Amino acid sequence: MSSISDALPVSEHVARRGWLRRRLTRDGLSTLVFLLPLLVVFGLFAWFPILRALVMSVQETNLVSTPTFVGLDNFATVIADPQFRMAVVNTAWFAFLALVVGFPIPIILAVLMSEVRRGRGIYSALAYLPVVVPPVVSVLLWRFFFDASNNGVFNSILRAVGLGPLPWLQSAATAMPSIVIEATWANAGATVIIYLAALVSVPPELYDAADVDGASVWQKIRNITLPSIRNVLFLTLILQLIATAQLFTEPLLFTGGGPNNSTLTVLLLIFRYAFQNSLGGDYGLAAALSLMLAAFLAVFTAGYYRLTRSWSTSS
Amino acid sequence: MIHSRRVRSTPRERTGSTDRGIVSKAEWRQRRVRWSMRLLHGATLIFLLVVGLGPLLWMMKASITPTQDTLRNPMALWPNGFDLGQLATAWSRTHIDRYLWNTVVIAFGSWAVQLLVATTGGYALSVLRPRFSGLLTGLVIATLFVPPIVLLVPLYLTIVDVPFLHLRMIDSYWAIWLPAGASAVNVVLVKRFFDNLPREIFEAARVDGAGPFRLFRSIVLPMSKPILGVVSVFAVIATWKDYLWPFLVLRNPNLQPLSVRLPTLAPTTDLGVFIAALTISSVIPIVLFLIFQRLFLSGEGLSGAVKG
Repeated sequence: MSSISDALPVSEHVARRGWLRRRLTRDGLSTLVFLLPLLVVFGLFAWFPILRALVMSVQETNLVSTPTFVGLDNFATVIADPQFRMAVVNTAWFAFLALVVGFPIPIILAVLMSEVRRGRGIYSALAYLPVVVPPVVSVLLWRFFFDASNNGVFNSILRAVGLGPLPWLQSAATAMPSIVIEATWANAGATVIIYLAALVSVPPELYDAADVDGASVWQKIRNITLPSIRNVLFLTLILQLIATAQLFTEPLLFTGGGPNNSTLTVLLLIFRYAFQNSLGGDYGLAAALSLMLAAFLAVFTAGYYRLTRSWSTSS
Repeated sequence: MIHSRRVRSTPRERTGSTDRGIVSKAEWRQRRVRWSMRLLHGATLIFLLVVGLGPLLWMMKASITPTQDTLRNPMALWPNGFDLGQLATAWSRTHIDRYLWNTVVIAFGSWAVQLLVATTGGYALSVLRPRFSGLLTGLVIATLFVPPIVLLVPLYLTIVDVPFLHLRMIDSYWAIWLPAGASAVNVVLVKRFFDNLPREIFEAARVDGAGPFRLFRSIVLPMSKPILGVVSVFAVIATWKDYLWPFLVLRNPNLQPLSVRLPTLAPTTDLGVFIAALTISSVIPIVLFLIFQRLFLSGEGLSGAVKG
């Protein structure tokens, strides 16, 4: 091998690199030492659990008895469970509401902020601040805001403008919309920052050309700004769908899935199967439902990585 | 996360004469446009202040307002009296100090493990490149495609009984520290950074007789401060935000971090004291954000978004 590469007129860089590689890999033991943390941590806490999830989904398994093979029974049980239907409908409802409320707001904010000439940093910082607040803190704080009594924070605001009082988290109809409001507050800032980065990279020549054609501000937004950030919009849409499908902390801490299971999400159901089961955790059911959700999300995830890959190679 | 570098570099391209947005310079000169833009910007700022910052300001106000005032008139702009004692009570009597310390210890350990795995792994996969490194990189990246929820139950069972070692890690911080290290995002970020370091320097070090360890410690690590900074800040913030996993693996209240303790404290704690506790819990992440604003606001936050 080495004689061939010596004889051939390879580019200097490649040759040097090959030499470096040979010198370094000769020392196989030290390579192993460097790889050890990665192998141990990923092996025990990523690769092994992933395989185990696959195995568990076709087993009846709890911590007490030895696992037995049950084929696709777990999947059938989950699908037949009335809670499953509720959880899917609720999660889809949340995703829809979160999209209607949470998708336009960051776009509007980012477009407005991108035109700010001085002090844009202050705008960005203000928009992003809620994102760094720990989710548990936000949820517990907003749980107080959502107080359904007449003197609750939001109800006193509503009363000031002659509305309300709303039951917020107390009623099946308003519980999920309430969670959407909090989730939008907590997460919109991250999306604003992503859009802002995309907006400032729109080539100014496009706007110059539009000015020559006498386009109005609104026309420029519709025909240049939004089409230019189309890819990023689509990307955040996928990210948001992936995130909303995994809604958990908010319904657990706001309502525990209630009232009347109106905020029971898929993740909360997985959690119930595994950890809130009076008969001991039914890990097989939990694994089966997890895999079903994962298969559903895989479509979005694959789309996401395809998109980002094609962009990074094209740039 | 993959295209974050591209996103980040863009704001700087906008300098010089081409610096303009949707509204042109000519349009800016018209009085009507100028005033409506100012109005819009003012409205945006007020919206961000009231809706974005408002709840946090309210939290800070309520943490020093006597509980009765907060309950009777929650929207009062100026409280009747101040009760700084609530912060002190939350700190000492409700043991927020201990839970805050637990959170710090957990965040520090997670940070250390993540950095160790990402730097050594990234170094091996990028610089040392053993024969099977391509396959290994693929296996690491493959975990990015698996949503964390799939891991929840099997990972929990792994913690209850670690395979091959038969350890029980429930109520041990290792149960949080070690799985935190299995972050493909970190390994990929660090490996990409190492890939872009100039190989000539490695060769020069080699010629001077540096072994793989010396090369790692004296050349690669010192050159990697920027990426290690990014990984560190996001590691700490992510651990601070985490709720479900510590909730599952830490049963002993004395070991639990703030995020796990706060929901259980809520029903039994005086409201003012409780909101004071919420405020204390948010201080460190907010301060970290204010210090490292650039990191968060430059589009690098995208990697955090993918991770979270």
